[in-house]
Amino acid sequence: MTTLTDKPTTAAGGTGSARSLVDTVFRAREISIAGALALLILGTWIANPRFLDSQGIKDLLLNASILVLLAIGQSVVVVTRNIDLSVGSVTGLSAFACGKFVADTHHGVLITLVLGVLIGLVCGLVSGALVSFGRVPALVVTLGMLYIIQGLDYWWAHGDQINAAQVPDAILHLGSGSVLGVPYLPLIAVALLAVTTYFLRSYRAGREMYAIGSNPEAARLAGIPMRRRVLGAYLFSGAVAGFAGALWLARFGTVVADNAHGYELTVVSAVVVGGVAITGGTGTAWGAALGALLVTTIGSALVVLKVNSFWQGAITGALLLAAISVDRVVNLRMTAALRKRSARHGNGA
Amino acid sequence: MAMAPDTRSPAPGAGAKAEPPLTAGLRMRSVALRWDTAVVILLIAVFLVGLGTTDGFTGSGNLAFAFNDISEVALIALPMTLLVVAGEIDLSVGSMLGFSSALAGSLWNAGWAFETIVPVVLVIGVLGGLLNGWLVTRVGLPSLAVTIGTLALYRGLASVVLGSDAVTDFPERYANWTANTTTVPGTFLTYPIVLFIVLAIVTAFVLHSTSFGRSLFAIGSQEDAAFFAGIRVKRYKLLLFVLTGLFSAFAGIIFTLRYGSARADNGTGYELLAISAILLGGIDFDGGKGTLVGAVAGILLVGVLRNLLTLNDVPNEVQTVVTGLLLVASVLTPRVIGVITERRQRRAAMAAGPAGGAVT
Repeated sequence: MTTLTDKPTTAAGGTGSARSLVDTVFRAREISIAGALALLILGTWIANPRFLDSQGIKDLLLNASILVLLAIGQSVVVVTRNIDLSVGSVTGLSAFACGKFVADTHHGVLITLVLGVLIGLVCGLVSGALVSFGRVPALVVTLGMLYIIQGLDYWWAHGDQINAAQVPDAILHLGSGSVLGVPYLPLIAVALLAVTTYFLRSYRAGREMYAIGSNPEAARLAGIPMRRRVLGAYLFSGAVAGFAGALWLARFGTVVADNAHGYELTVVSAVVVGGVAITGGTGTAWGAALGALLVTTIGSALVVLKVNSFWQGAITGALLLAAISVDRVVNLRMTAALRKRSARHGNGA
Repeated sequence: MAMAPDTRSPAPGAGAKAEPPLTAGLRMRSVALRWDTAVVILLIAVFLVGLGTTDGFTGSGNLAFAFNDISEVALIALPMTLLVVAGEIDLSVGSMLGFSSALAGSLWNAGWAFETIVPVVLVIGVLGGLLNGWLVTRVGLPSLAVTIGTLALYRGLASVVLGSDAVTDFPERYANWTANTTTVPGTFLTYPIVLFIVLAIVTAFVLHSTSFGRSLFAIGSQEDAAFFAGIRVKRYKLLLFVLTGLFSAFAGIIFTLRYGSARADNGTGYELLAISAILLGGIDFDGGKGTLVGAVAGILLVGVLRNLLTLNDVPNEVQTVVTGLLLVASVLTPRVIGVITERRQRRAAMAAGPAGGAVT
């Protein structure tokens, strides 16, 4: 809509530089986030070398893992021009349910993870069905789901708490153990990232999700099964949130009813910082994962740099605004450059 | 709103959005029951149920107490209604409430007079709204993303200003104005409620009886068309964001005095409550549809329900679930009604004759 005011302003030299500008910009999103991340890590490391000793790196990766998982799940939903605000409460519910389950039955890792995924799938099914078949705005549905799940969670938990002592060692080991020095959680996050990236990039269904997000009307006319795809995105996001809940239990051992509540906005922030446009159709899962890593790193860096923790929220918010503004400005320039280039090509022909 | 999470196939019912509001309105009326009327009826029904089943529901001042208890949400919901009608959203209102509360607290601590604090806080609210509106209208960002950012930013600034402290030593002469039990002389209503009633009437007039209000509906249903019709879309939207900022800051002052406590985390989650209340009242999330009567009924319904549940010792958690269920039901019901009517009409059209049918 705002393209009405888009004027091809800044002149970008000749065709060659326009092309290089465009090509750079196409790749820039993830690269610039990675660059910002590298700068942040480097700066913090110079200020305090302990930030990057082996324990520091391990903490950073562990802290980021769950957010990265949730951001990957969310990115698939946002690509379809929807949103899932219920992920925080689903994670909390799953963490508590899994905790309760293992405390009572002392079951193993695999069955706990499966339970977490199942809980998430059920929540995702309800949200997804309402959005895709009920044709109700995603923000409202998932907001309602947030309340419903959160309320059920509190109601069930009654201020109850699961302690690490009640959780079998095998599960706790998943959260704290490592293979060849690399903790399990980041490995799991990377595995999910690889699968999701491959799916979004190379599978027909994945490409169709981008199509739905960038132009629902065109996607429908092209015969894309929109309802199934959107439902699929919610099922995926729900399953990941449920899975993350089980991992939350493994990581922290102690869970209460309101774990991860309010997390949804951090997740959405991470996704948006990672270059996934909230208007759908663009962005990648690994951009979202980088965004999550960046948000976490900022938090850790503030602690290491002994910045008053009260500043953390303000800095996160300012960063989010900066990220989306820069993205927008870059987008405008890219559109202008593309227009210029196509105009030149038109003249040549 | 601009991002329109619109993955539904624009088959039956959805086409109404593209039509001029008049036709859409007529069509809504042809459905047996309009949603905002339904909410008013629901409100009356809940009220009667309360009357019949719950002791003390109409007891001295209980209802005034109940409504006073949601007066901040109610005040925020008024400009929010205009904003949603125009197709935008502001998620930063709860944070702005907290920021203004924290600011008022720390200025009070610093020895400022309350009479000076109020205008300063209101100016901050206006500035916050300007930032939201500027990013949306000038930079061209989706309001959802912008206000998620400022939600974090304003809440962060609140804790920068006041940390985890609480300022509680406000003198009673200020607190009394907002107390749940202090009524305006000669009535059973509290001051915040009277203020809300006056502002609701003003808002209703502005939304439904001025060209500005009609422009908001136009913007919400077809922004490009509104722009080409000469409506100053960006300026109006900027104004609405400023209004939500201003009202949120004002609600922050009321909140602070009513609880006698300024804290950085005051009003957490209020954005969702305010949005829930007006969506419940039939304001269409996609913009362009709804009435202020419906929105007010939605707000009151939330207030009465919470009060009834509390009086019946229903735990807080269940109230949260009820809010969520109501929210989902309130957006689902009109769509379901729409689909059913559409089907019926199409069947009627098919029966009427092969040539006259709506071929989509």
